[in-house]
Amino acid sequence: MRDIFRRFARNIPAVFGLVILVLVMGAAVFAPAIYPQGPFEMVGRPFLEPLTDYLLGTDQLGRDLGAGLLYGARVTLQIGLISTLIAIFLGLTIGGTAGYFGGWIDSLLMRITEIFQTIPFFLFAILLVAILKPTLGSVIFAIAVVSWPPMARLVRSEFLSIRNREFVQACVAMGMGHWQIILKHVLPNTLSPIIVTGSLMVATAILIESGLSFLGLTDPNVMSWGFIIGSGRSVLRTAWWVCAMPGIAILLTVMAINLVGEGLNDALNPRLKNV
Amino acid sequence: MAVSRLQYIRRRLLLAVPVVFFIIVLNFLLIQIAPGDAADVLAGEAGSATPEYMDQLRRKFGLDQPIYVQLWTYVSNVATFDLGFSFRHNKPVSELILSRLGPTLLLMVSVLLISVSMGILLGAIAARYLNRWQDNTISTVVVLTYATPVFWAGLMLIVLFSVKLGWFPTSGMEKIAAFHTGLARIIDIAHHMVLPVITLTLFYIALYTRLMRASVIEQYTMDYVTTARSKGLGEKRVMWGHILRNACLPVLTMAGIQAGALLGGAVVVETVFSWPGLGLLAYESLFARDLNLLLGIFFISACLVVLVNLAVDLLYASLDPRIELK
Repeated sequence: MRDIFRRFARNIPAVFGLVILVLVMGAAVFAPAIYPQGPFEMVGRPFLEPLTDYLLGTDQLGRDLGAGLLYGARVTLQIGLISTLIAIFLGLTIGGTAGYFGGWIDSLLMRITEIFQTIPFFLFAILLVAILKPTLGSVIFAIAVVSWPPMARLVRSEFLSIRNREFVQACVAMGMGHWQIILKHVLPNTLSPIIVTGSLMVATAILIESGLSFLGLTDPNVMSWGFIIGSGRSVLRTAWWVCAMPGIAILLTVMAINLVGEGLNDALNPRLKNV
Repeated sequence: MAVSRLQYIRRRLLLAVPVVFFIIVLNFLLIQIAPGDAADVLAGEAGSATPEYMDQLRRKFGLDQPIYVQLWTYVSNVATFDLGFSFRHNKPVSELILSRLGPTLLLMVSVLLISVSMGILLGAIAARYLNRWQDNTISTVVVLTYATPVFWAGLMLIVLFSVKLGWFPTSGMEKIAAFHTGLARIIDIAHHMVLPVITLTLFYIALYTRLMRASVIEQYTMDYVTTARSKGLGEKRVMWGHILRNACLPVLTMAGIQAGALLGGAVVVETVFSWPGLGLLAYESLFARDLNLLLGIFFISACLVVLVNLAVDLLYASLDPRIELK
């Protein structure tokens, strides 16, 4: 454990990513303390440039962009985390079943996974949110539904290779139940690639969410980064900063998560690094 | 050889049938979840359909029939490319989609070709000069562009190159009022294409560069590379003559898998640049709540992806003779 931590700490980009991520989380946590009036409050004249009355300026309705960004961090992280957790659960269930039991169950589940991987996932997400009506729940659901296939494939291949190892065969010979074998012996041995892939999936989830809310497919009662960009699009010529600021926030957050994920990968699988 | 290839194509096409069938069933399920009955969904929720048409729809889809009969009616309709009628546009959905397919394909093919070739080149350079300044520069840019939301990159390019510098047009595919023909029209379209293509390629170049870099690094450890070196070949020859071809394979696989994602990217890029393709049509139908049109676009896009994957498989087999056409 300490080794893992040390290897992570020596990876400068990963630490840099972690710092940004902690800042974004701080913004999400302290948003109500810093801006008690909420992100929808009109505080000043519209189109105030950044670094004048307000640090990041105001949008077309005179709302403080700083408040929008901080509250947006809450929504973005929330959607990214919850949808990824659901996707990991789906991937574990489907990939784990396929890899552990093999045979026709495996072929059937993998065919379905492949189909889900080939369909244009963003269009599918758009369809789901459009049909279910845009709410926080439907956005999370749609992102989870389109993100599980890579996780299922990963879990399947890990389970498949561990399934035939001696210690698992020994458990079978001892008469242990499937559940016990899976939870106590197979799963713990596959944890590190799942953690790495899962952390990278959060980044993808955030990008999908921002794309959806840019198209207007978002809960109208919450302020999200993509939504600010989408609504600021019509004033791009006069007030470029309305679109620019939330985009930078998305970029930094996604980059930070990617860097942390790769840092975790190098720290958890040190042998891979030295190839 | 030619015979086996034809057989291979036929077998792959047969394999695609269940995929297409699955997508139609998925569409049917989505219609079932949507509020209102299927006729409401299929006529578009805009309420622009006439009561006569609604009645006709209900009869056509047999909404009084059991669910499996409805499913069968739907499948046989879609399988014959009868995708319904859009009252918003006053045109059959299939006709609408066909008229918008060209611009999207033009955009997608350009993006795919540029990003795959640039990605292969940059990834190879990065791996060749591992941990030197070339690699560090490429990798840093890749980390940044890989995290950039596509639509935002497009908007920022518009601010810089259209609004501030005035080099490129902000929207559309051509100057319609100019009535260009022949070469002038091609140049005009190319001029309009620059920003949308850059917007989409930025992300995909990053993706393929990462993949190619990792793939080349992996190839360096292979025995055949040691053999090539021990024959006395220079690093250049080893890289471009031996490693490149093998290292490309995962990139091509990814390009095939990513074809679907690319079409999704088309929605945001076409929306940002008002590029008159399928993506913009999807965005418009979203606003008009024309769900049936959206479902049709989804279906056609999925079929396109199946075709692209087939093409990639064939390319793959010709690049790597070890892969038999089974």
